[in-house]
Amino acid sequence: MSIDLIVNGIARHLALDPEMPLLDALRNHLDLKGSRYGCGLEQCGSCMVLVDGEPVYACARELGTVAGKRVETVESLDSHPLRAAFLEEQAGQCGYCLNGIQISARALLDRTKHPTRAQIVDALDKHLCRCGTQWRIIRAVERAAAAMAAAPRVEGAAL
Amino acid sequence: MSAAATLPLSFTTNPSPARWVRFDPDRTLHLAVGKVEIGQGIVTALTQIAAEELDVPLERIRILSGDTDDAPDEGATTSSLSIEVGGASLRLIAAEVRARMIDRLAQRLNCAPGEITVQDGAFLRAEAPTGQDYWSLAAEVDLSRPADGAAPPKPRAAYRLVGTSVARRDLPAKLSGAAFIHDLVRPDLLHARTLRQPGRGAVLTALDEAAIRRAAKGELRILRLGNFVALLSAEESVAQRAAAAAPLHAHWEQVRVLAPEEAEAAWLVGRPSNDQIVGDAPADAAGTVIAARYSRPYVAHASIAPSCALAESRDGHLSVWSHTQGVYPLRAALGRVLGRSEDTISVHHAMGAGCYGHNGADDAALDAALIAQQIPDHCIRLQWRREEEFGFEPLGSAMSVTVRAVLDDAGRPIDWTQEVWSGSHVQRPAMGGNMLAHEALPVPAPDPRPRDPTEAAGGGGTRNGIPHYAILARRILHHLVPVTPVRTSALRGLGALPNVFAIECFIDELAARIGADPVAYRLSLLDGRPRAARVIARAAEMAGWAGCGPGGDGHGWGIGFAQYKNKSAYAAVVAEVEVDQEVRLRRVWCAADAGMVVNPDGAKNQIEGGILQAASYTIREQVRFDAKGVASVDWASYPILRFSEVPEIACELVDASSERSLGVGECAFGPTAAAIGNAVAHALGVRLRDMPFTRERIAGVLLAE
Repeated sequence: MSIDLIVNGIARHLALDPEMPLLDALRNHLDLKGSRYGCGLEQCGSCMVLVDGEPVYACARELGTVAGKRVETVESLDSHPLRAAFLEEQAGQCGYCLNGIQISARALLDRTKHPTRAQIVDALDKHLCRCGTQWRIIRAVERAAAAMAAAPRVEGAAL
Repeated sequence: MSAAATLPLSFTTNPSPARWVRFDPDRTLHLAVGKVEIGQGIVTALTQIAAEELDVPLERIRILSGDTDDAPDEGATTSSLSIEVGGASLRLIAAEVRARMIDRLAQRLNCAPGEITVQDGAFLRAEAPTGQDYWSLAAEVDLSRPADGAAPPKPRAAYRLVGTSVARRDLPAKLSGAAFIHDLVRPDLLHARTLRQPGRGAVLTALDEAAIRRAAKGELRILRLGNFVALLSAEESVAQRAAAAAPLHAHWEQVRVLAPEEAEAAWLVGRPSNDQIVGDAPADAAGTVIAARYSRPYVAHASIAPSCALAESRDGHLSVWSHTQGVYPLRAALGRVLGRSEDTISVHHAMGAGCYGHNGADDAALDAALIAQQIPDHCIRLQWRREEEFGFEPLGSAMSVTVRAVLDDAGRPIDWTQEVWSGSHVQRPAMGGNMLAHEALPVPAPDPRPRDPTEAAGGGGTRNGIPHYAILARRILHHLVPVTPVRTSALRGLGALPNVFAIECFIDELAARIGADPVAYRLSLLDGRPRAARVIARAAEMAGWAGCGPGGDGHGWGIGFAQYKNKSAYAAVVAEVEVDQEVRLRRVWCAADAGMVVNPDGAKNQIEGGILQAASYTIREQVRFDAKGVASVDWASYPILRFSEVPEIACELVDASSERSLGVGECAFGPTAAAIGNAVAHALGVRLRDMPFTRERIAGVLLAE
């Protein structure tokens, strides 16, 4: 059995069990370690990826269900303003939750050019951070939104 | 006083500079330290200290942290001591390296050492380049000879890097991809999961391996050692499926049954205990006696990542990768359990998620090592399941704290007794505890021998049990309950959170008796303690504290204060809450005095995080038990504070740069719990003395009114 999908803009042909969690396929077969296992229960958000632009828990999502779809992981955000904003705000301690959070923030910023603080909190509320860096994270997303508003990027340039 | 009397522990254990510092041919400085990164930013702060003392640019320093092959033995990374002890040691070592290098160059140039200065790793004489630097001289200078601590570190006035908010070195990788132990890949990798023995003494009488293999849907290896069972596959999802199914196909006997009431702190009171009295004899003072009892239940570290370890046995040598807090103590513990000499084991630290104390890291390392010994020439990557992490990590002990005070005519305490009932707060493998799998082996571990850290080390159940205030006589009656329903061990602050919660709530109750303002009442009890008074006054000022007002209208303000361990950083916290059916934190202010701060933003980050985690413990968290054991096994049954529930935080470090550095990792913990306790009491007009402040507890006290 094999599954075709597009991961971070690259067409992939994976000869894998379609019941395998998407997270395992990304981490163990495509060497994309940025998406992390936290609970396997869709409760913490450490594994969040974008599937056709929507945040999805990769830990419990079967690989077969994303056939033909566009998957984006945190590795696709290297030049995204979110990355610089998280560093500017030093938004993180242990850092384990941050990649899933960047993914949800990216989805929010794709939809909402000038998000309010309430919209940011709402978009991130499905994510858990145990170190208590939530405020720094919220400020980082606000900073990224401001940076993007100041220097709008070319449509489609994210890929 | 001789210098030796005051030298920090990491220095005296590892006096050879070569153990810490090496100048590599690629013109980098290889720095090796024993304190490890557990999310607190220590690797960055230690790099700053070395760069400052040596005058080497930060970007030329590569740091190795926690490695039994190549890094110094600094014990475990605990107790907010990494800057106080590890940083102070590194500073002396770096000063010695600099002095030896300068001495060598002075000999060559036939000049006085005082004529030589360092800039960006290069030596200048009278401001002019000498053409020499650390790297060109490295071969001529013996760094293995032990240091004596006599080389003077830089004067603080000359600091350029220490005291600035250098960006964390670990964050870029963590934000972009592989960074954690979970992400390590090595040849011949096998993914492993365990079937956990439900508890000490439980016996596996039947295991339907065929059923587990069917559920795994792939090539699976099952390894059994007594009551320890491992499930292995080259494909992670196969091992994971097997592990999910295994408990359904295993029959255990002699399983200990837990009852829900055992999860309450009150269950500990009156149990068989080892007792001690710490502090002063009772004051010869008569007066009104007031008492109140407070409690915190069992709580979880609840790391966001499951515990993980890698182990491989090749050519008779066992290599282990772990997110342990101490690679050397872990190596010693593994040696004892595996019956191997320590020189056949290497333990390498690799970063995990924040641990906040003794979580499952060491246990996972033993799991992986046991498997690797049985299956050599493979890398065993062992990862716990989420329910395993919640169900089997050592918990922070429940504590019941009763405060009794004798008051003078003015309503001020003159005699204070803090009576504590608690399980152990440290059962690390080196401190009388067992690693989990050891209890499942054919020759199981002996019974654990719970004890607490000594008072000199800050105590466990007694930590912060002596109030900082000027009270004639203060003591703790400590009942250590050695047999608790679940394994307990170190969780951020140990007994400090429940003790400070009790002390600071009781202080508010005493203030209320005489109609005094909580801030003014505290300040009146701080004669001769200016650093404490300063942070309390500053936190109140930051919050715009203008007296509490009558309260009882659902909106409340509260303050809490402590000096962590009564010898580390000072913190005062003010909380503003709204309470109806639930507690909603609005804003929190904190003023802290941490002496000379190496990295102010890093310190603030730690304090902010400590505030939010303590808030979560105070209003949300309790590990529940049922007949099967720990019943809080996921984030739904063990909820923690979420993005939508975090308060706004303002945090300030008061200037104390002429004082020695004090660890900040745990300083805000107790004060936050107390500030929330006092704010909720103010909001409701009635006090909650038992954490967590759940909807049920709030309804309970309001009904009792």
